[in-house]
Amino acid sequence: MNAKTSFMNGAASGRGRRSSQGRRRPDISLLLRMVVYLCAGITLLALLLLIAYILVKGVPHLTVSLFALEYTSENVSLLPALINTLMMTGLALLLSIPPGVGASIYLTEYADRNSKKVALIRLTAETLSGIPSIIYGLFGMLFFVTYWQWGYSLLAGAATLAIMVLPLIMRSTEEALKATPDSYREASFGLGAGKFRTVSRIVLPSAIPGILAGIILAIGRIVGETAALIYTAGSVAVICRDLLSSGRTLSLHMYLLSSEGLYTDQAYATAVVLLGLVLLLNLLSGRVAGKLTKGNE
Amino acid sequence: MKSAIKEKAFEILFLLAALSSTAAVLLICVFLFANGVPAMAEIGWFDFLLGRNWSPQDVPASYGILPMILGSIYVTAGAVIIGVPIGILTAVYLARFCPPRLYRRLKPAVDLLAGIPSVIYGFFGLMVIVPLLRELLGGTGNSMLAASILLGMMILPTVIGISEAAIRAVPESYYEGALALGASHERAVFFAQLPAARSGIMAAVVLGVGRAIGETMAVIMVAGNQARMPDGILYGVRTLTANIVTEMGYAADLHREALIATGVVLFVFILLINLCFSILNRRGERA
Repeated sequence: MNAKTSFMNGAASGRGRRSSQGRRRPDISLLLRMVVYLCAGITLLALLLLIAYILVKGVPHLTVSLFALEYTSENVSLLPALINTLMMTGLALLLSIPPGVGASIYLTEYADRNSKKVALIRLTAETLSGIPSIIYGLFGMLFFVTYWQWGYSLLAGAATLAIMVLPLIMRSTEEALKATPDSYREASFGLGAGKFRTVSRIVLPSAIPGILAGIILAIGRIVGETAALIYTAGSVAVICRDLLSSGRTLSLHMYLLSSEGLYTDQAYATAVVLLGLVLLLNLLSGRVAGKLTKGNE
Repeated sequence: MKSAIKEKAFEILFLLAALSSTAAVLLICVFLFANGVPAMAEIGWFDFLLGRNWSPQDVPASYGILPMILGSIYVTAGAVIIGVPIGILTAVYLARFCPPRLYRRLKPAVDLLAGIPSVIYGFFGLMVIVPLLRELLGGTGNSMLAASILLGMMILPTVIGISEAAIRAVPESYYEGALALGASHERAVFFAQLPAARSGIMAAVVLGVGRAIGETMAVIMVAGNQARMPDGILYGVRTLTANIVTEMGYAADLHREALIATGVVLFVFILLINLCFSILNRRGERA
């Protein structure tokens, strides 16, 4: 503090020249500060507006008939779509978690970090995560629906979604595995455990919260997906009876309701349910990930 | 001996799992190109890519997707103009202005913006942005402008997340050096830190562009989807993504293949954008 004042006194000789600049400086700083605050405000406002608008308009229309077991054009029930969403999520996770987690185990525990194989795997995973959902939808339609002749079905939709969330699961699992301290591995090897035993008994269990946080994010992505499903899972408003029957999920239901334009109130209410589900999943993922970082401290 | 075999077997199993992403990318490329490229050749490369008229129901039908290519580019450009400045400045706020206690609340909120499904955005656009534009500016409201505003909102979390990481990756000495030279906090951030984070921020913009050009459902709900050359920001447009979804339901034969070819064009755009992104990212890591 003392040094600073003496420095400022020393510079006092140049004060005349400095003050003309000095007058402009706070101005642009203030302006920059205001612009930054304004933009952060706009971002926050956009989010709050969106959520508040949907809630305010939708909550009053949440009626019991909206949750009837059968969809009719009278009750516009969302329950079949909700049940389909749950089945779709479960199936997609079943198909994507084994390869996703396996891939991350290979990348972090087995592979030589600088090998060409690893570079290729990383490149393709990166590519996958940049592909928009409509391209997945087209591919699913060509590959699962037409080539494998699964038709519009739960299975075709889930398989498409599984590829879509694969890079997400790979990335979060990899981060969780990397966060596991090397001393765990060394201790396990020191006790005579083999590589596979070390990975499956020591490394993987300690990485579970991180993996789980990634899986929950993947669920959020699956629940909100529309474009990848419209031409793979189809849009029938009934509960899927088996793997090869077609059915719409909640977000597709939401899209169809709002594009038909006949059931605005119900569309609002459906939006509330969908948004609530996604909010809940995000909260959960944050909690689980938070537990992970706290555990490591 | 037995355990050595077991170890090797599991290593191979994990390797196979790791190659699943590679297989997926290969399959996607093969199936899209094999189904789309012949149609492009049949229609004629120039007639398809540069044709100004899309009317698959006419006799003879014409399959020109230039209106959709331009539609996608215009809508994306609009989204960038709206979303990028707000996104970067919000990232600046989060990285350098936000008190830590507030940050713990704000950061999840921004992440939440990324988690909201595109149908919800689309519905919000349909119910709020479209009527608002109709009131204020006339026309139907289903327009390029509506789509751009909505997409600008949707790319915010992408732009914010990556820019924030880029700003935080700049060594603290840049900031401190600027302060030592007499700069204010704001000046140090804007004129010393931000330029140093340039390539990371560019990467954020490129990824934002990728998100915007690939977005489908939200755009369909607000853009109007008329398959004609874009007329202006207050008129409807159709994007590449919208072209696929609106017509795939009833398309057959060459029409269907032309829609898949539309997907191929979109896919090539995305691959180019991804390439830019990874080049920028690598440059950012080296710097």
